[in-house]
Amino acid sequence: MTTAALTQEVTYVDAISQALDEEMSCDERVFLMGEDIGAYGGAFKVTEGFQKKYGEWRVLDTPISESGIVGAAIGAAMMGLRPVVEMQFADFISCAFDQITEVAAKNHYRWGAAVPMVIRAPFGGGVHGGPFHSECPEGWFFHSPGLKIVAPSTPYDAKGLLKAAIRDPNPVLYFEHKFLYRRIKAALPHDNYIVPIGKAEVKRTGSDISIITYGAMVHLALEAAEALHKEGIELEVVDLRTLIPLDKETIYASVRKTSKAMMLHEDNKTGGIGAEISALLAEDCFDCLDGPILRIAPPDTPVPFSTPLEEFFLPKVSDIVAGAKKLAAY
Amino acid sequence: MDQAVVAKDIKRSDLLEMYYYLRLTRNLEDRITALYRQGRIVGGVYTSHGMEAIAVGYASALKPDDVIAPFHRDMGAFLIRGFSPGEIIAQYLGKQAGPTKGKDGNVHMGDLKRGMIGFVSHLADNMPVAAGAALAFKIRGESRVAFAGTGDGGTSRGDFHEAMNFASVRKLPVVFFCTNNQYAYSTPLRHQMAITDVVDRAKAYGMPGEIVDGNDVADVYLACQRAIAKARAGEGPTFLEFKTMRMHGHSEHDAAKYVPRELLEAWKRKDPIIRAEQLLSQLGYGDESYFHEVGERTKKEVDVGTEFAEQSPLPEGRETLVGVFATDDEVQP
Repeated sequence: MTTAALTQEVTYVDAISQALDEEMSCDERVFLMGEDIGAYGGAFKVTEGFQKKYGEWRVLDTPISESGIVGAAIGAAMMGLRPVVEMQFADFISCAFDQITEVAAKNHYRWGAAVPMVIRAPFGGGVHGGPFHSECPEGWFFHSPGLKIVAPSTPYDAKGLLKAAIRDPNPVLYFEHKFLYRRIKAALPHDNYIVPIGKAEVKRTGSDISIITYGAMVHLALEAAEALHKEGIELEVVDLRTLIPLDKETIYASVRKTSKAMMLHEDNKTGGIGAEISALLAEDCFDCLDGPILRIAPPDTPVPFSTPLEEFFLPKVSDIVAGAKKLAAY
Repeated sequence: MDQAVVAKDIKRSDLLEMYYYLRLTRNLEDRITALYRQGRIVGGVYTSHGMEAIAVGYASALKPDDVIAPFHRDMGAFLIRGFSPGEIIAQYLGKQAGPTKGKDGNVHMGDLKRGMIGFVSHLADNMPVAAGAALAFKIRGESRVAFAGTGDGGTSRGDFHEAMNFASVRKLPVVFFCTNNQYAYSTPLRHQMAITDVVDRAKAYGMPGEIVDGNDVADVYLACQRAIAKARAGEGPTFLEFKTMRMHGHSEHDAAKYVPRELLEAWKRKDPIIRAEQLLSQLGYGDESYFHEVGERTKKEVDVGTEFAEQSPLPEGRETLVGVFATDDEVQP
């Protein structure tokens, strides 16, 4: 990222809006579908003002029919458009599970029909949303061949990955963390940049332990890294950015350097992305590991509502610090 | 169908062509069934036996750049869209030369260049997909139409209702149909829904609907023409219920003992090929020797196709790994 010619600071959610706006203005095939995205501008105001600018048909309000909307996006994509569907909350993507995993994900493999579409899914907890407005459903799709999955942690990545997702010839699930929407800001370059799908980024270098994470947890990892630095333990924070296809090269390079690895995610522990990466490391990097691979993730429960329950559920800096100290002892 | 109406509203050449496709469909599916019984087919076989008039009728009423998301008993639509018997049999044999190159079997074939959307086993899944194709036509101001359907059982699924509702709200250029063949696998209509006519479902969506004699190719053709013309004119979707009867089991492995024999006997007399021949005879468009000639000609085409498919190679095992993701150059312009 160049430091020259930066814009004013924008929030994570503004970066998403900017990506949509830029892609819609330079490519007339791009259009948006979702519940309350038109006149209202979306539950999180990502598309505020868009309908006025691009018209009713390119910013299309739909009935409450997640499966029908995703199905329609698949059809429009196969006819040459570039639909971007907004799930009001990622939790509701379960209603569209079948269309995503059976139709969008398999059409190209089965009969050669490309499905260039994006589903934006505001995910994650820390916002007192309870069991139906806080989920991290990426794990369900991580296991379905034919989908690409991205989950940005910064305004820069949020914008660049969304633009890359819209330009990709495949169905891309774009998990945007709603806890980050208005909590982080950054100045973005003016140029028409993208962040390529499939590339992780080391957000902080360190020599002792690799922590592999994505989404809002990247910030938690960075906070923990700062705390551990004061105690003489150097964490390397690997932000996956793309979950499928996984950037094994960056992950392996980091773990080969530090010889110790921790997984951190907000999705519950069992069968999560951390489990898969742990298995990959055990298969491919066993010879360089100096300790067990740890997973820091919420318990296998729904995301609870009440503040003390949700605080208990979500990973904390102290969890990372404790894990790092355990690994440092090896 | 009243022969005076047919004489006035359907061109002789079009009707004769539909008859040809009825025979080609029947001969092709009979051959596939025979190959299945010989153990030479990989996987299941679902035929349109006794229901051929539906796909032949609707596909004949569409223009080439319209898009079809077929039901799984619509072989005639594939043939009309230019899928050769050889390609189709290759598909059933899991061969490289099939439209899916062995990646999928039997009726699960598609090709966007020929306007055919690949069938998905999860019934009614392609109805919202077709609505989306129609949405693309509407957004781009094209005068194309999408045509999509499912069976009576498929109309119980949510995707059917979500598609009907969305398409009607946005007046999309799509025609939806239901092939009401009385049975969804073993489940009779009365256990599938508490209504007698599937077409009643359309009322809930403010969508016009029509009951069509699914065994009369002329009736199917004209009803589709009306619905397609409305969609093309921007007047929104129509729902067509094709009344027919599934004459074979769900799949060829299924003896369908749960279907009363009298019901099959009654419907056998309404066979769409017999009905078409009666119509052509009445109109003076064809006679016994003509029907015989078309039968022989289509049988020969199926022979050639069978030969081609049997001699074409199977895919290599490692081709499993090809095609999970699309590349930039594969996207529709």
